[in-house]
Amino acid sequence: MDVTTAMNKYTEISIQAEDFDHGFEVKLLEDNNVEDGAVVTFSGRVRNNNLGLMVKGLYLEHYPEMTEKLLAEIIDTAKQRWAIGRVKVIHRIGQLAIGDQIVFVGITSKHRQDAFAANEFIMDFLKVKAPFWKKELTELGETWLEAKNSDKEKAQAWSK
Amino acid sequence: MIKVIFFAALREQLGCDSIEISAENANTVTEVKITLGQKNDEWQTYLANNSLLCAVNHQMVNNDFSVKSGDEVAFFPPVTGG
Repeated sequence: MDVTTAMNKYTEISIQAEDFDHGFEVKLLEDNNVEDGAVVTFSGRVRNNNLGLMVKGLYLEHYPEMTEKLLAEIIDTAKQRWAIGRVKVIHRIGQLAIGDQIVFVGITSKHRQDAFAANEFIMDFLKVKAPFWKKELTELGETWLEAKNSDKEKAQAWSK
Repeated sequence: MIKVIFFAALREQLGCDSIEISAENANTVTEVKITLGQKNDEWQTYLANNSLLCAVNHQMVNNDFSVKSGDEVAFFPPVTGG
């Protein structure tokens, strides 16, 4: 592997309370990266409704010593499965308001198929493996969200 | 001693984020739960929840996993990030 290639295969994970700049993150994925033609990004935001209730805000808790390690494991698995270049995963914690960004997954690859698939794979496993918990503030008060079976099935579908 | 930590809904149900227990009679994750459940009926009920997940030293494990003094055992509900 030559130097250019090594530089272009980095993985960066950030668990942070602060917001992030989507455009800047895309720029970082693209800068000095002329061997990858595809950039696929996903970002998740706090929506104003869930299960028929008006949502006012979201609180995100995590297990600090474990979160990054688990995300790195998920990304490693994706790297073994698809030919991807740069990977950036950001997940926010703490108090979030409606419309706030929660999560970002950005991936580059030579061709689009690898980046599309790896992005979805990382999100699907982040949902069911990474130790984050959401507490929702709705018109009825505060509730911890329950894990969804559909998310579990979505992740399991990758091993079929 | 074994350090036990709790997260999210479980932390609030128990009103506790971390506790130290003796490693004596707590040789597996199940035995850690039994030891903790002896505190009171509420703890016993909440820790008996089958959907609870467990990590020992930041590694996801099953109930029959062995634990020893110095370990960090974490219990938490299924995760809901993303």
